[in-house]
Amino acid sequence: MLAYIVRRLLYAIPILIGVNLITFALFFVVNTPDDMARMQLGVKRVTPEAIQKWKAERGYDRPLIWNAQASGADRLTATIFFDKSVRMFAGDFGRADDGRDIAREISLRMGPSLAIAVPTFVLGLLAAISFALLLVFFRATALDFAGVVLCVAMMSISGLFYIIGGQWLVSKMWHLVPISGYAGGFEGTRFLFLPVLIGVIGGIGGATRWYRTIFLEEISRDYVRTARAKGLAERVVLFRHVLGNAMIPILTGAVVVIPSLFMGSLLTESFFGIPGLGSYTIDAINAQDFAVVRAMVFIGSVLYIVGLLATDISYTLVDPRVRLQ
Amino acid sequence: MMGLPQPVLLWSDALLFMLIAAVVALAWWARQQEPLRAAWAEVGRSPVAMASATILAVFLLIGLLDSLHYRARLADSPATSAAPQYSVEVSSALDALLTKLRTRSEKTYSAPLATHLYAKETAENSPQRDFPRLKYGGAHLGEQLARQDADIAVRTLRGVAAGVLCWLLLHGLMRLIGRPTPAMSLTLLLIAMLGGIAVSLSAGYHVFGTDKVGQDVLYLSLKSVRTALLIGTLTTLVMLPVAVLLGILAGYAGGWIDDAIQYIYTTLNSIPGVLLIAAAVLMMQVVIDTHPDWFATAAERADARLLALCLILGMTSWTGVARLLRGETLKLRELEFVQAARAFGVSDWAIMRRHILPNLMHIVLIALVMDFSGLVLAEAVLSYVGVGVDPSTTSFGTMINAARMELAREPMVWWSLVAAFGFMFTLVLAANLFADVVRDAFDPRRAR
Repeated sequence: MLAYIVRRLLYAIPILIGVNLITFALFFVVNTPDDMARMQLGVKRVTPEAIQKWKAERGYDRPLIWNAQASGADRLTATIFFDKSVRMFAGDFGRADDGRDIAREISLRMGPSLAIAVPTFVLGLLAAISFALLLVFFRATALDFAGVVLCVAMMSISGLFYIIGGQWLVSKMWHLVPISGYAGGFEGTRFLFLPVLIGVIGGIGGATRWYRTIFLEEISRDYVRTARAKGLAERVVLFRHVLGNAMIPILTGAVVVIPSLFMGSLLTESFFGIPGLGSYTIDAINAQDFAVVRAMVFIGSVLYIVGLLATDISYTLVDPRVRLQ
Repeated sequence: MMGLPQPVLLWSDALLFMLIAAVVALAWWARQQEPLRAAWAEVGRSPVAMASATILAVFLLIGLLDSLHYRARLADSPATSAAPQYSVEVSSALDALLTKLRTRSEKTYSAPLATHLYAKETAENSPQRDFPRLKYGGAHLGEQLARQDADIAVRTLRGVAAGVLCWLLLHGLMRLIGRPTPAMSLTLLLIAMLGGIAVSLSAGYHVFGTDKVGQDVLYLSLKSVRTALLIGTLTTLVMLPVAVLLGILAGYAGGWIDDAIQYIYTTLNSIPGVLLIAAAVLMMQVVIDTHPDWFATAAERADARLLALCLILGMTSWTGVARLLRGETLKLRELEFVQAARAFGVSDWAIMRRHILPNLMHIVLIALVMDFSGLVLAEAVLSYVGVGVDPSTTSFGTMINAARMELAREPMVWWSLVAAFGFMFTLVLAANLFADVVRDAFDPRRAR
C-alpha cells in the first residue's frame, strides 16, 4: 500500500512538470514579456524604458530558460523559468501585481472557499443520491419519467440563471438572507445559506441523472435478482445491495473532486462576494494578473492529481477485490 | 442606385458551411449503411427527438442566415466613380431580413411592448419629469394609448393566423418531399404561431423590449444564436481530428506511443478547465491586441477571437473523447476481423482507417451531440468571467453580462436577461433531449 502510494506520487512529478511547461509556454513563449508589458502599459506610446522598468519590477527581465551571462548554477537559476515556474514546487508563488504575497493570500482565502464548497458538495451528493434512489425505486413509472424530464430541464438551465434567480427570489423578494457578503464563525452561516442552496440546486439535475444510470446498470445484475428471489424487500435490495455495489462508480466521480474543493467556485464566489480563492482567481483574470493565474493553475493541477490518488486509495476501502500493489 | 453588395466570407462562416457539407455527406453515406439506417430510424420514431430536431433546425436556419455575410455597397458618389465603395460594416442576410428591428432603436431601456421609455426624463418645454414616448414602440397608436391592449390582441390574433397559414404552406411542401411525423408537425405549428406573433407584434412594438442603448432585445437574441451554434459545433469539430487520431493511435499502437499520448492528455486534464481556458484566452488577447494590423475590419477581429475561443475550448476538451476512443480501440484491436486483416498484411494505417475508425463512429457522434449543450452553457459563463467572446460579438453571454448590472435597479430591468435565458434554455433543452435519443439509439451497450 505504502509502496503504491509512493510510486503514484513519483508518477505525479512528470505530470506536474508537464503542467509547468504548458503554463510556462503559455505565459512566456506565446507572448514575450515585452508584449505583456506593452499590453499592461497600453499598446500605444510606450517607451522602451517603461517596458524595461515594468519587466524589472516583476523579474521578467531575465532570459527565459538559459542565462548565458551568468556563471555556474546561476546559468539555470537566474532565469524566468526557474524563478517563476520551478519555485512553485516549493510553494513559492511570488507576488501579485498589487505587491502582496500570493502564498499568504491563498492561505487566507482557503477558509471561505471551503465554507461554501464543502457543504455544497456534501449536501449535493446526498441529495442527488437520494433522488436517484427514489427514481430507481419507482423505475419505469410515470414518476420516474417525470423525474428524468425534470433533471434534463434543470441541466439545460444556465448556472448563471440559478444564481441570479436565486438572489432575486430569496434575497430581494423574500428578504430571507443577505444578498451577498461573508463573515467568519457562526455569524456567517446566514451568508452561506443561499450560495450553498443554489450550488446544490444547480448541480442536482445532472448528478441525479448520472447516479440513476449507475443504479439502473447495477440493478440488472444477477446478484440483485438472487437477492429478490430469496425474498428480500425492495427497500433492502436497493439500500444494502445496490447502493453498496454502486459505491465504486460513485467514488470515481466524487473523490476526485474533493481536493479541488479548495479552489472554490468562480461564479458563486464572485456573485456572492465571498473572499475565497474563486473570486481571487476571477479578479486576477479581470485584472490580467498573470502571476496569480499561473499560481492557481499550478495549485489546481496539484489538487487534481491528489484527487486521482485519493480515488484509487478509496477503491481499496470500498471494494475488497481491488488490491493496490 | 444601390449596386450589388460585396459578399464577405468570414473564417467561421466557411467552417460552418464546411461542417454542414460534411454532415450532409455523412448522412448520405449513412443511408447506405444498414445498421446506421436502423439507428437513425429509431431516432426518427422518437417523438421527443423529432420535436427537438425541429427546434434545432429552426435555430440552425437562423444561424445560417446570419452567416451569409456581405458589405453593402454605398451609393456611388460622382467623385469616386471609378471603383465601387463598400460599407465598412459587415452585415448578414439575417440583418437584412430584420432591418426594421435593427434600425428602429430607442434611446435606452424600454419594457416589452411598452410605449414609453423605462426612465423618466425632463421634456424640453415642460417643467415636470415624465416618461417620454418611444420613437417606434407603439408609435402607430398616436395619442390613443387606451387602444394599446386591443391593438396587441388584434396583432397577436393576426400573427397566429399568419403563422397557421405559413405552417399549412410549409407542411404541404414537406408532405411533398417526405412524411413529417406528428411531433414534427406540432412543433412546427407551435414555432410558426410564435414566430407569427413575434413578427406581427414587432411591426409596431419591441416584443422583448430594448436594452441600454435602445437596441431591440429580440434582434439581439436572434443574433446570439449564431454565436452559440458556432461555439457548440466548431469546438467539437476542431478537437475531433486530434482526439480521433491520438485516441486510435494510442489504443492501436500501444508501447511508448500509448505512454506518450496518455501522458499528454493526463497533463492537460490535470489543469482545471476554466483556468486553462482563462490563461489561454488572456494570452490570445495579448496576441490580438499587439497585432492590430492583422485584421481589416472589426468583424474580422471579433471573428478571429471567436475562432480562437473555439480552438482553445477544443484543445482543453479533446482529452475525454481521446480516452474513450483509446479504450474502445484496445478492445477492437483484439477482435477477429482486425486480426484477420493484419494476417492478410493490411497496413496499420489502413486497418485503423478502414476497420477501427468506422466502428468508433458512434462514440464520435455521441460525443458531438453530447458536448454541444455543455459548450453553449459554457460560453455564457466564460463571457461572465471575462474570457469569452469579443465584447462586440452578440452572444447570450454578453447579453446576460450586460443585463446583470441592471438587476439592482428599481423597477428591475428583467427582459433582456429573461430573453437570453429563455432562448438559451430552448436551444440547450432541445439539444439535450436530441442527444439523449441519439445516444440511446447508437450506443451498442444500450441496445434493447
